Amino acid sequence: MATKIFKHIQTSVVPLPIENIDTDQIIPARFLKATTREGFGNNLFRDWRFDNDGNPKQDFVLNNPTYSGKILVAGKNFGCGSSREHAAWALADYGFDAVVSSFFADIFKGNALNNGLLPVQVSDDFLKKLFEVIDADPHAVIEIDLVDQFIKIVATGEQESFEVNPYKKACMTNGYDDIDYILSKKELVEEFEAAK
Amino acid sequence: MGQTLFDKIWDAHVVSSNEGFPDILYIDTHFIHEVTSPQAFDGLRNRGLPVFRPQQTVATADHNVPTWDQHLPIKEELSRYQVDMLTKNCAEFGIELYGLGHPFQGIVHVIGPELGITRPGGTYVCGDSHTSTHGAFGAIAFGIGTSQVEQVMATQCLLQSRPKRMKIEVNGKLQNGVGAKDIILYIISKISAAGGTGYAVEYAGDTISGLSMEGRMTICNMSIEMGARCGLIAPDETTINYVKGREFAPKGEEWDKAVAYWQTLYSDEDADFDSVLSFKAEDIEPMITYGTNPGMGIGVTQHVPETASFEAKEQGSYKKALDYMGLHDDEQLLGKPIDYVFIGSCTNSRIEDLRQVAEFVKGRHKADNVTVWVVPGSKQVQEQAIREGLDKIFDAAGFPLREPGCSACLGMNEDKIPAGKYCVSTSNRNFEGRQGPNSRTFLASPLTAAASAITGVVTDIRTFLKEEELV
Repeated sequence: MATKIFKHIQTSVVPLPIENIDTDQIIPARFLKATTREGFGNNLFRDWRFDNDGNPKQDFVLNNPTYSGKILVAGKNFGCGSSREHAAWALADYGFDAVVSSFFADIFKGNALNNGLLPVQVSDDFLKKLFEVIDADPHAVIEIDLVDQFIKIVATGEQESFEVNPYKKACMTNGYDDIDYILSKKELVEEFEAAK
Repeated sequence: MGQTLFDKIWDAHVVSSNEGFPDILYIDTHFIHEVTSPQAFDGLRNRGLPVFRPQQTVATADHNVPTWDQHLPIKEELSRYQVDMLTKNCAEFGIELYGLGHPFQGIVHVIGPELGITRPGGTYVCGDSHTSTHGAFGAIAFGIGTSQVEQVMATQCLLQSRPKRMKIEVNGKLQNGVGAKDIILYIISKISAAGGTGYAVEYAGDTISGLSMEGRMTICNMSIEMGARCGLIAPDETTINYVKGREFAPKGEEWDKAVAYWQTLYSDEDADFDSVLSFKAEDIEPMITYGTNPGMGIGVTQHVPETASFEAKEQGSYKKALDYMGLHDDEQLLGKPIDYVFIGSCTNSRIEDLRQVAEFVKGRHKADNVTVWVVPGSKQVQEQAIREGLDKIFDAAGFPLREPGCSACLGMNEDKIPAGKYCVSTSNRNFEGRQGPNSRTFLASPLTAAASAITGVVTDIRTFLKEEELV
């Protein structure tokens, strides 16, 4: 089945300079009771974003109208903890197309790639620079190109290349799906089982 | 060049390996539960696909279930709906379900091993990050997202790139009162919550091989808390004796054949690891966490680190964690009043954990300021505890034995720690809000949790053990 295609974006960004953001913060467990993939964006960062009565917390970046955009820029070890794919669904459902950090947790990275949400891993220095640029200009525009694998601060032209698994890159830029790929090799799976 | 244990198992499960592509890895058993499976079943329906190997798929209800009055319908509507959905999906796709009321029901990472489904040399996945637990048997086991749950349902395979290999050795004699949970909390405190990311971690050394299977499962369970893809321990006599005779363990000739294979499962002496770390058992104190990720742990007698001891860019996150926990720089946790004690979760809810706690609390009673929940990992653990009379010891101590489920580890059911309250918990995560909105978690071993329940404050179990020696 075709999935969302991602090749290139150019947008303002939302900064979240906190390290070790775990998937329990991205989407708390009590919101995992849904049985569909939709609607998780409403509860993205729920307990950082809303108080116990459901009122927006003014000091949280998603409630600050100064910041908007399709890229979330976050501190290192983003997405650690629980394997819940709901975290990737919540970020994508809210409207993010990419997350930039200096380090991603393994399972989150895989889940994001399976949902057309691009995890872009940059150096510590580039991440620091991004936060400084956003601090100086909240509307600073960032360009991410998956085809040529670079991230660029548009105003200054400073850029860095990033790694992505070539197979997952092909999936994201063409909308391919893992299940279709394995099903195309089904004979090999059956041969493997027969030989066991 | 010799091979690592991990590579031997991986290579035995590669269906297809192509340059530039992840390997297609065959999965022996797929465990599923109510929370991360419904969207995968929907995906199969949308594609018009069956579950490819339903007999290699095992389901249970654990994350959402109440741990009291399980014979009654689930009160919470969304939880009930999700559990009902699992029942319907399993019936439609021909999957065996150990649901509520079934004698095999329980936390997915407790039932797999206790039923003899988890075995050395196998590959196991589940839409739950603590699937790393099963690696204690010398197996490759890891958590996956729901798209991958659908992938395994559709193909019994998973696309995976081979991770790097790390060996973590622990050698020496543990202090009295220090156990598997302290070992793993210590390791994570040393290498951080991201220190294992990208690696399959093999635990080795005489301290590790001296642990029971329950202890080994506690260690492997928390591999994900240092970011590792999986954790594993070479199978030995302890492993083989544990598996033998269990419900779904091989029998007769099949058993002999299996054991002969399992005995080949170890890292060769000249095997190449990408990273090797060594720790001394003697250096490990009873551990406790003070922060909001499992890497933020200290020996129970130590003080919370000072903000200034961190690099400037890390100080903001550190201060946020301390503020959340209501702690300050250099504070000592020892003697700090607590409100709740949770003994349970896929980390520490097995019969050995309950026996250890019961032995300690026998003849003692919890402090008035503390609420204690003991949640067995499975129906079989619960029944065994009752057969051994542990429930009576727990009752007398004010530690009611509840019914099996994930419970207050993640607070998806009613078992939530209230806002602002402190809980000494034997579970695996101290993230903000993990045990309930604004709850505050101190992760520790079952013995530390039990001792703290008795005194009502964070306690060094060794002070009790010393008193006992004097008597």
